[in-house]
Amino acid sequence: MRMRRNNGRVVTAAGIAVLSLALAACGSSGPSDSASGGSTGGTDGSTGGSAAGGKGQLWVITDASLNPLQKASVAEFNKSTKSGVTFSVSDFANDPYKQKLQTAIGSANQPDIFYNWGGGNLKQYVDAGQVADITDAVNAAADFKSKLIPSVLDVGTIDGKIYGVPMQGVQPVMLFANADVLKAAGVDAMPTTWDDLQTAITKLKAAKKTPIALAGSQGWTELMWLEYLLDRNGGADVFQKIVGGDKSAWGDPAVTQSLTMIQDLVTEGAFGTNYSSVGYDNQGTLALLAGGKAGFELMGSWEVSALNGNFPKFAKSDSLTWGKFPTVPNGKGDPAAIVGNPSNFYSVTNASKVKEAAEEYLTTQLASDTYVQGLLDVGQVPAITGLEDKVKTGDFADFNAFTYDLVKNAPSFTQSWDQALDAATSQTLLTSLQKVFLKQMTPQQFVDAMSK
Amino acid sequence: MALPSSRTGRPGPLWAVPALAFFALFALLPMLIVVGLSFTRWSGIDQPQFTGFDNWAHLADDAQLLPSFRLTVVLTLASWVLQTAVALPLGVWAAAPGRPRAVLAAIWFVPLLMSSAAIAILWGLLLDPNFGLASVLGPLVGVDDGNFIGNPDLALWVCIAVIAWQFVPFHVLLYQGATRRIPETLYEAARLDGASKLQRFRAVTVPQLRNTIVTSSVLMLVGSLTYFEIILILTGGGPGTATRVLPLHMYLEGFSSFDMGYASVIAVLLLVLGTGLSIFVTRVTGYARMDSQTEGM
Repeated sequence: MRMRRNNGRVVTAAGIAVLSLALAACGSSGPSDSASGGSTGGTDGSTGGSAAGGKGQLWVITDASLNPLQKASVAEFNKSTKSGVTFSVSDFANDPYKQKLQTAIGSANQPDIFYNWGGGNLKQYVDAGQVADITDAVNAAADFKSKLIPSVLDVGTIDGKIYGVPMQGVQPVMLFANADVLKAAGVDAMPTTWDDLQTAITKLKAAKKTPIALAGSQGWTELMWLEYLLDRNGGADVFQKIVGGDKSAWGDPAVTQSLTMIQDLVTEGAFGTNYSSVGYDNQGTLALLAGGKAGFELMGSWEVSALNGNFPKFAKSDSLTWGKFPTVPNGKGDPAAIVGNPSNFYSVTNASKVKEAAEEYLTTQLASDTYVQGLLDVGQVPAITGLEDKVKTGDFADFNAFTYDLVKNAPSFTQSWDQALDAATSQTLLTSLQKVFLKQMTPQQFVDAMSK
Repeated sequence: MALPSSRTGRPGPLWAVPALAFFALFALLPMLIVVGLSFTRWSGIDQPQFTGFDNWAHLADDAQLLPSFRLTVVLTLASWVLQTAVALPLGVWAAAPGRPRAVLAAIWFVPLLMSSAAIAILWGLLLDPNFGLASVLGPLVGVDDGNFIGNPDLALWVCIAVIAWQFVPFHVLLYQGATRRIPETLYEAARLDGASKLQRFRAVTVPQLRNTIVTSSVLMLVGSLTYFEIILILTGGGPGTATRVLPLHMYLEGFSSFDMGYASVIAVLLLVLGTGLSIFVTRVTGYARMDSQTEGM
């Protein structure tokens, strides 16, 4: 008896390994979580049909500064719409959200409007037939469409059809720096060419500083270097081919060239020696930059709000400076091109029973003066044209103006690769790139791994 | 064991129903579902599609499978050796009466009260090479730049140490309890025979703890085989794939690559490995025979 019970416990322990997977299997039919969004009814409340009113669900990511704005805009819509449909907002934490959405979409508990990253992330839902084509609705609202920055709207457009519209700020990647550290090391200006950067690295090393802070324990921070270098070396087309499904494009000489430049940076100690232990989520690189231990950091525009949250004194001082990613010798890419997260997007589910009301919400609210001002107030630069004067306000007026011009003048805005590619390819990409940074993999081996 | 329960006054099979139902619902059923899923392609968005043995065939060309398996073997064995080597003496020491022992026992019980996520985040901060404890301790142990979790040769060992930090208290508790149940007469007899402290430990304590050692070992071995939370948060399987143990490989395939079918294949493998390992340990040690350690006393 005792023996059998003990064996049972052993099998139970082993069963824990598989439980998580099976839970996911059950998840698609399980009840929908009611999150902190104050939603009162599930999507089943939307059975009334669009003409006769009904209820809809809007899903977003938990964000202390954005959620109030999102809820206010939904409330505004609920009050003013003639469709009789009311929406409610539910918010979820970032990582669980991706998993929840993945299992909820296509089930009875799916949202009507959902937050997403555009690009490959959105495409997988489009390919599964779960996302509504909103091209006609957006085209019909000419006023709304003309306000959107085209290079950003592109990321919500798949095969020529619009499936998502931008709903928050633009997040280009750029080079940040600690001006005090640069000055002390004898670097007087932000580098504009690769040679400038090399000189700065040499000087910073001589001054016993880590030239570039890199959160190498998180692969996506390393990816930014490859994204920009490939864009500068080979132009935006190379990655567009890769996203289009042409795996042989990984074999483009510009890819190996960019990876070689990366390994050269590693060899010369541009990132120091212990970068692969440093994290971004635990403020590792923020502390390096703000604490004057490092000169540069390549990061998305959210760096400023992240610094402001952790090191407000540094963030608001003149010590924090920024610039474009430098040009490279004989580069084919446009030096004004940028990479990063063009924006996040709202999409409408195909099975939504309040599709027209959802389209009405998107086209009437997302470019409204209140919403745009709301974004600006929390330090986000919306993907909306004609904001030259408005962005020059607040604590970070200079930075916002720089970001706005950077995006507006960019001939292309390449989406972060790990968002643009499908999930499995992103995984391989990030692990392989980490190995390139660790020199466990040669550029050619990387290309071989990615073209498979 | 063969005695009918009614005559011994022991609970009948009916008493086992709640436990069995729980076991069936939360262990057997998920296992069956996972075996089923291993024959499908499923990203989580749409309905699972039956693909026959495709996922199983994929095992052959998964270049990460063998490295992950090797890492898992190292992690499992090293965890077992390290945790036993620390927990057994500590447990025996803590079993003796005395206030200092009671105080210390209470202090090192603390990690057991913390969630794995909290432990991993805490250690993540401690292991920051520039601002954490790693920058102070690193130079003392020959890692001048504090690069512990970022060094492919060290990362796994750091994970093993953190996991040990989490689980040693539990095993200390097991050994402490078991040691207190050893009859004092055995020690008296050993003392009369002139046995030294070390000899008493080897000749009395360890043999008497035999069943506890087996229980603790099975928990450690099977536990380590399927354990990955701390690694997920601390290193994410990196740098590169230096700490991507098999259960983490399963998790990442399932929940980062959204390839639930193949992840289920790995889950089935882990299930077989875990069950096989525990049956092996209980057989080899004679634990299943349940011999008394105090026979003839």
